[in-house]
Amino acid sequence: MRQTYTVTIDATGDPQGGTDPQATAVVGAQVASFRDDLYFLEIPASEPRARVEEFAESFLAGDPARRATVREGIAFPERDATESVALVARKPGVMDPIAASVEHALADSGFPVAECDVRTGRRYRFRNWSPSREELKGLIESHLANPLVDDCAVFLGGEAEAWPSPFRAHAAADLGCATVALRQADATELQRISDDGGLSLSLEELETIQAHYRQLDREPTDVELETLAQTWSEHCCHKTFTSPINYEGETIGNLLKETIFAVTDELNAPFCLSVFRDNAGVIALDDEWALTFKVETHNHPSALEPYGGAGTGIGGVIRDTLGTGLGARPILNTDVFCFGNLDTPADQIPQGSLPPRRVLQGVVSGVRDYGNRMGIPTANGAILFHPGYVGNPLVFCGSLGLIPRNCIDKKVSPGDLIVAIGGRTGRDGIHGATFSSRELTEESETLSAGAVQIGNPIEEKKVQDAQLRARDEGLYSAVTDCGAGGFSSAVGEMGEECGAEVELSNAPLKYAGLQPREIWISEAQERMVLAVPPANKERLFEILAEEEVEGCVLGEFKADGMLRLRFHGDVVAEMSMQFLHDGLPRTTRHASRPEPAPEREIDLAGASHGELLRRLMGHPTIASKEPVIRQYDHEVQGRIVLGPLTGEEHDAPNDAVALRPLRDDSNTVVVGCGIQPCLGELDAYEMGAQSVDEAVRNVVASGGNLDELALLDNFAWGNVHDPHILGAAVECSRGAADAARAYGAPFVSGKDSLHNTFRAGGVSRSIPHTLLVSAVSVVAGAPLAPSSDLKEAGSSLLLVGATASRLGGSWLQALHGGSGGDYARFDPHGGPEIARLVADWIASGKVLACHDLSEGGLSVAAAEMAIGGSGSGVQMQLGVFGKGPSDLELLFGEGPHRFLMEVREADVDALINAAEIPVVEIGRVTDDGRLSILRDETVLVDEPVAELRAQWKEPLRGVWGGVE
Amino acid sequence: MSFRALVVRAAGTNCDGETVAALEDAGAAVDRLHVNHIAGSPQLLDDYQMLVFPGGFTFGDDVASGAVLAHTVRQRLMEPVQRFVESGRRVLGVCNGFQALVRLGLLPGNDNGRASLLPNLSGRFEDRWVRLRAGAGAAPWLEPGQEYLIPVAHAEGRFQFFGADGAACDFPEQRIAVQYVGDSTPTPYPQNPNGSQQDIAGITNEAGNVLGLMPHPERFLAPVQHPHWTRFRGADGAPPREQDLPVPLGVELYRRAVRTAL
Repeated sequence: MRQTYTVTIDATGDPQGGTDPQATAVVGAQVASFRDDLYFLEIPASEPRARVEEFAESFLAGDPARRATVREGIAFPERDATESVALVARKPGVMDPIAASVEHALADSGFPVAECDVRTGRRYRFRNWSPSREELKGLIESHLANPLVDDCAVFLGGEAEAWPSPFRAHAAADLGCATVALRQADATELQRISDDGGLSLSLEELETIQAHYRQLDREPTDVELETLAQTWSEHCCHKTFTSPINYEGETIGNLLKETIFAVTDELNAPFCLSVFRDNAGVIALDDEWALTFKVETHNHPSALEPYGGAGTGIGGVIRDTLGTGLGARPILNTDVFCFGNLDTPADQIPQGSLPPRRVLQGVVSGVRDYGNRMGIPTANGAILFHPGYVGNPLVFCGSLGLIPRNCIDKKVSPGDLIVAIGGRTGRDGIHGATFSSRELTEESETLSAGAVQIGNPIEEKKVQDAQLRARDEGLYSAVTDCGAGGFSSAVGEMGEECGAEVELSNAPLKYAGLQPREIWISEAQERMVLAVPPANKERLFEILAEEEVEGCVLGEFKADGMLRLRFHGDVVAEMSMQFLHDGLPRTTRHASRPEPAPEREIDLAGASHGELLRRLMGHPTIASKEPVIRQYDHEVQGRIVLGPLTGEEHDAPNDAVALRPLRDDSNTVVVGCGIQPCLGELDAYEMGAQSVDEAVRNVVASGGNLDELALLDNFAWGNVHDPHILGAAVECSRGAADAARAYGAPFVSGKDSLHNTFRAGGVSRSIPHTLLVSAVSVVAGAPLAPSSDLKEAGSSLLLVGATASRLGGSWLQALHGGSGGDYARFDPHGGPEIARLVADWIASGKVLACHDLSEGGLSVAAAEMAIGGSGSGVQMQLGVFGKGPSDLELLFGEGPHRFLMEVREADVDALINAAEIPVVEIGRVTDDGRLSILRDETVLVDEPVAELRAQWKEPLRGVWGGVE
Repeated sequence: MSFRALVVRAAGTNCDGETVAALEDAGAAVDRLHVNHIAGSPQLLDDYQMLVFPGGFTFGDDVASGAVLAHTVRQRLMEPVQRFVESGRRVLGVCNGFQALVRLGLLPGNDNGRASLLPNLSGRFEDRWVRLRAGAGAAPWLEPGQEYLIPVAHAEGRFQFFGADGAACDFPEQRIAVQYVGDSTPTPYPQNPNGSQQDIAGITNEAGNVLGLMPHPERFLAPVQHPHWTRFRGADGAPPREQDLPVPLGVELYRRAVRTAL
């Protein structure tokens, strides 16, 4: 017999009133909004109530500001008759990490925890406010809960609160394994099998599988079919980019291999230690250490549930770091997001999509909570806002790792045990895509657990701690993470060369009733798979016990080249690794030259240059990201030496982040990124090249150089069945490859995310072509970074790389409804010369400040540098450019290869004379706090820096509630 | 015999690496052990002169920050830890470690009152550098009156003191270790980043051997970690040395702890 208790914790003892900032942000400061924490406990009835009360008082409240109320059953404390209430709790089956922590404390207190159960929730109380039921429910569901993962109920003033038991048992499903009648099926029937099972296999793939099983003279089991579907999915094997593409009559055998990888091969850089084969690329740091680097996307989950989607995105890429070689220590997170415009009117938000503001809030909170709790600094990234992402946001998460060079290689040997460690397996992420379009019904309990993944960063931190201890003791011979496809991909990949046998019933489950197929493909988070020589098993499990990490022996790697799965002893799948990994038929795809962008003039409606500059500074893409950056712990681990913010007030932007991986002056690593979606519709080739250029510029401006510079590519593309869109990918990868060659910077890893489309107004729309390039540079010695903030009044400003700047593809154009037009081109000879010169000058110590010219062009770059220089102003004279370019092009035009640099006046002549590339002295630093830009006698811009700063700080203020 | 420090680790501790580095920089011999390991052999504590609870998100800060770690210590290690404190050896809790020491009642200590570290008034986690001034209570650890620049990074750092009667009241001045300082008094947000009463950033117990700090001194071990060190370069452009900075490094605290007897 078990007794249910509800413990409600309120903060009435807080002398500041105990109101809740998040709820206050939603309903307004005129309402007193409170948040109580709810703990539902199921405790054996033999335990005296007094013990439960003591636990509630000393642990769940545990604090003089908080008060615990214990009620038997599901029952809540009395409340003021004027109070409306909303109860919110995770749906049963959805990950509830807090419950696990409470169970830990119950165990420490001596409760028989195996017989206890815990769920948690929260209770919002709103005093002296009389909303309608619909109003209250609407506000809660759109701001404080997500109906996809949370149950929610509201009660108006005076109404009694009722809540169903959160301990509903999961219906046990049929535990069998079935065969699928495939051999006799015709095309229609094959397609039906794929659709019903959510397998997403093409007809050609289904026919290949059919032929294979006809040959074997048996039907496949459902587990086998799922394994094939997972292994052959776009997500796992990137079949679009690895299949032949017919592009304008030319056949490309393997797009990335022939462009991006080819350049890496050609450059053959000695610092590349492992490229495009492991979970991350690996480059040398010194003789003893190496760096791993990887960026992933997590777009669709973030669109559905921004908080959980982004959190598990960062969690997933961290596991790539842990799964590279024998495992690297994550030392930096990066994040780049693309959202729809924050002011998108409600009627322009596609049905089923969340408003961009809500997505931004959730995504940032998700990255914050995962990264901060893992203790990894999130210190580099970008956030872009563009109408093309309104129904399909992009969330890129990156992870840089530190690994001993002698841990880069891994080798699975037959006889090694297959050991899974970390989180338990549930229905998480199983066929999530098919769920999102269904109504929430009584099935939701099971379905919602699969639809969205909620991360538990502390589980992953424990896994990291335990795994790296085991690595340092040499206890395992290979490791990989469970990502897409779960065990099926992890074990399938590790056993590819030898074979594997797995007993699925050994996997610890979150709840009973999982079918073997579900255990095998579950995408439950925070799990790693190790190959462990049997002699090391005991020691490994000792470490796991101390670190409180669950582990299980799933099976054993074999030498017979077969993948054999059992469930309670019965064989449920038996397939050859060879067919699994090499059987996928390669379909030729068709691509054609991208369609040119429509020509549309920009409409400035007579705005002055000063007004245009203020508009750009106030556009969220360019605006200060400080409200986001401050929420990220960007300094934990003590390695960061150039953070995302700079200047005396710590509020101006840097171009990239610099860190000392070994916490000494032996080496400095600089990490930056480039992303140019506005250029994509004009010229995808140029977008590829200039994204590389921007990443390189950011790194070089922050003290990096071209000596040891490595790149990552992340393609986020729309519907690649459209030949023009696939053609743009061809062009883009060629541009990126040519730029990488020019810079001598090899790509070392990458990932593509295709089919980013959404429905709006009855038609399917693709996102803008988007390539994210991430760059990492290793520089021997102490950090060189000059930072972007202006340092000394009287010093000179040099424009280094005084190359063309155009309005085509610029943010000025994007903001004012323009399209098409002339755009600046990548220069494969001039670009690297300029970058080398800048790096050399910075190394010489003569550069006081440096900033690359990107979004918004020269005027925005100058304004940003002045914002960092307390009280500084800038006076620039553009007369030097002659009559050719227009005022708008000079002020706001964009293009590659340009840096704005502050140097002492005494150094100007020597620097300019030594340069063989265009360098122009363009102005000087003043102390009058104004940004003045003249062209000969004409004043183009004359704005107080303080006002530009205020404008620039406004857009993202207040998005997360609370005070600013 | 060298000075030995023990850094306590648990699920979700995440500032242990830089804390070990800070102590080693200061000259200590350091071990870093999981709380489960220490609970299994509590006599280990006898080998150390200093016990450090570093920052992090132990158990995700579920229930409240530091709550689950504090509960584990209370249930499994309270007596030996109490003995350690009573022997007068140094105990330092930073950020999550401070929160745990407060939940355990080791801070403010065995006198008439309890404290809480409540959610920031800003309503969220914030990472920023703050100016601090060492108060009277800092004496065993920092130079009273000295100003420091050190980062904070937390969501629950609002110090609140409650007297013996359970009512909120002032915390004794002589036990304030460090306060946030700013352009006016009381220190406004964001210079006081969380709304702490009396601008309190850290306190000691009555004996002065237990110190709790919300700011992270271990994140400022080298001049290039100063948030605007690029403004203090030498004339040749070289990165600044310690003496070029207008404030001492955070590692000062660890140096003093390791090198001076209580």
